[in-house]
Amino acid sequence: MEGNSTSIVSTWQIFIKNRLALSGSILVIILFSLAILAPVIAPYDYDYIDRHHILEPPGREHLLGTDDLGRDVLSRMLYGARVSLAVGFVAVGIATIIGIVIGAIAGYYGGFLDRLNMRLVDIMLSIPGFFLILTVIAFIGPGIWNIMIIIGLTSWMGVARLVRAEFLSLKTREYVLAAKAIGASDFRIIFRHMLPNSLAPVIVSAVLGIASAVLLESGLSFLGLGVQPPYPSWGNILTQGQANIEIAWWLSVFPGLAILITVLAYNLLGEGLRDALDPRLREGR
Amino acid sequence: MILHLSRRFLEFILTLFGITLLSFFIIHLAPGKPTDILTELNPKITPEARERLEKYYGLDKPIIIQYLLWAKRIIKLDFGESFSTDHRPVWEKIRERIPVTVSINLVSMLLVFLLAIPIGVASATRQNSFFDKATTVGVFLGFSMPAFWLALLMIMLFGVYLHWLPISGIKSLNYSALSFPGKVIDISKHLFMIVFVTTIGGLAALSRYMRSSMLEVIRQDYITTARAKGLPERMVIYRHALRNALLPIITILGLSVPGLLGGSVILEKIFGIPGMGQLFFMSVMTRDYPVIMGLLTIGAILTLAGNMLADLCYAIADPRLRRQ
Repeated sequence: MEGNSTSIVSTWQIFIKNRLALSGSILVIILFSLAILAPVIAPYDYDYIDRHHILEPPGREHLLGTDDLGRDVLSRMLYGARVSLAVGFVAVGIATIIGIVIGAIAGYYGGFLDRLNMRLVDIMLSIPGFFLILTVIAFIGPGIWNIMIIIGLTSWMGVARLVRAEFLSLKTREYVLAAKAIGASDFRIIFRHMLPNSLAPVIVSAVLGIASAVLLESGLSFLGLGVQPPYPSWGNILTQGQANIEIAWWLSVFPGLAILITVLAYNLLGEGLRDALDPRLREGR
Repeated sequence: MILHLSRRFLEFILTLFGITLLSFFIIHLAPGKPTDILTELNPKITPEARERLEKYYGLDKPIIIQYLLWAKRIIKLDFGESFSTDHRPVWEKIRERIPVTVSINLVSMLLVFLLAIPIGVASATRQNSFFDKATTVGVFLGFSMPAFWLALLMIMLFGVYLHWLPISGIKSLNYSALSFPGKVIDISKHLFMIVFVTTIGGLAALSRYMRSSMLEVIRQDYITTARAKGLPERMVIYRHALRNALLPIITILGLSVPGLLGGSVILEKIFGIPGMGQLFFMSVMTRDYPVIMGLLTIGAILTLAGNMLADLCYAIADPRLRRQ
C-alpha cells in the first residue's frame, strides 16, 4: 500500500514537472468549463437568427462574427464544444471497454481464444478505418449518437493489443498464481487483480484516442455525416466556412482553431501521462 | 522458409476472407437498400417493379448466398458492375481514379521521407536544443491539425487572397490548348495544395518516429565504441547510427505502400479532385454496393500485402534476421 502511494506521488510530481502535460490538462479543464457553461456564457442562443447581421465580420456585437443565417459564431462554437467533448469521451469509453474485454480474454486464456481475438484485431486493422466509418454512418444515418458508437466500435484494436500484452506478462506473476490457487474466479482475477495493474498504458492510449475521435467527428460533421444542423458542431460550421470561403474568413478560421486546440490539449495530456506513468521512457524523452 | 511463407500466405487468405465477409455483412445488413434511391424518387413505382429491381441486382437472395456469389466472382478478379445508372464495370471505375490519387500520394510520401529523416536525425543528435524543441512543437501541431482545416486555410491564402493557385479541380479550362510544359505546370498548380496538406500530416508522424528511433540507437554500446575508437562524430552518426535507426523506418515504408492508393475523402472533396476518395464517397452516398466492396477489398489486399512487404524488407535489411 505504501509503495503504491509513493508511486502515485512520484507520478504526480513528474506530471507536474512536465510543462507540456500540465498545459494540456489546463486546456482540457478550460474547454470542459466552457462546454458545460455554454448556456450561461454564450451571448446568444445557438439558433438565434439575427436577420440584420448576416455574415458580419467579428465586431463588438458578435465577437467572432455571424454565419450566413445571421447566427452568432461564438455562441455556436461554445455549444459545439459540447459535441466534441461528448463524442470524444463516449467513443473512447466504448472503444476502451471493448478493447479491454477482447484483450483480457485473449491474454488470460491464450490458445484458441487468443488466436481468434487477435485475428479479429488483424481483420479490423486491415479494413481502411475511415472508409468503414463513412460507409456505416452513411447507411445508418448521420447523428451524434451514431457517430459515437461507430467510432467506438472501430477503434478498440490498439487497446486490445495493449491489454493482451500486459496480461501475457502478468499471467505468471506470483500474485495471480496465488489468487488462482485460493480458487478466485477468472472474472475476479481478471478484473480485480490483473486489470488494475495493466491500466497505465490503457489510460494513455485512451487520452490519445480522444484526440483522434475529436478529429474524426469534426471531419464527419464537415462532410455532413455528423451532427446535423441547426445544432452546431465545429465540423459543420466549417462546412459553412468552405461555402463562404471567399467572403467570410471567420467562419473557417475560428472553428478550426478550436479543433486544433482541443486535439492538441489531449495529445499533450496523453504524452505527458505516458512520460509520467511509464518509467522506462522517462530518460528517453 | 517455405513453410513460413506458406503459413503467411494461408493467414493472408484467411484474413482477407474475414475482412470481405465482415464488410459484406455490414454493408448489406445496414438498414435501407440501394433500390430505395431509385424508387423513392419515383412515386409511381409499384411493389412489383421494386421486386423486379431487387431481383435484377440479386438483392432478393439470402445474404450468405449473395456473399458466396460475390466471392466466386472476386476469385476470378471480377468486381462486378456498378449499381449506378451507368452500369459500368467496377474495376473500370476504380482504375480511372488511380492515377491522380497515386500521384498525389507518391509525391507527398517522397517529400515526407526526404524531409522527415534529416529532421528526425537532427533533433535526436541535438536533443533538447532549440531546434529539437521547435520541431517537437511543430510535430505536436502537425499531429493535432485537422487536415481539412489546413486545406481551407491554404485555399483562403493562395486561392482567395493571393490568387496564386486555382482552388478546385485538376486542370484549367484551357488545358488542352497548353503546351506540354504548360500542362505540367497547370496540373502542378492544381495539385500543390492537396500535396502540401497530405505531406504535413505524414511529416509530423515520421520525423517523430525517426527521432525516437535515432535516440534509441545513439544510446547503444556500439555507438560508444565507435566514439571511443576516435571516429569523427559525422561518421558515427551517419555510418553507424543512421543505418540502424533506419530499420524501423523500413517497416513504416512497407506499411504505407497500401496508403498510396487510398485517397483522402475529405481533401479530395474540398479540392474537387476526382480520385479514389471521391469515388468512395459517391458510392457510399448512392449505396453502390459493388463499388464499395471493390474499394474495401482492394484496400484490404494492399494493407495485408503491405504488412508482408514490411516484414520482408525488414528481413532483408536486418542481417540478424537474414541468417535465420
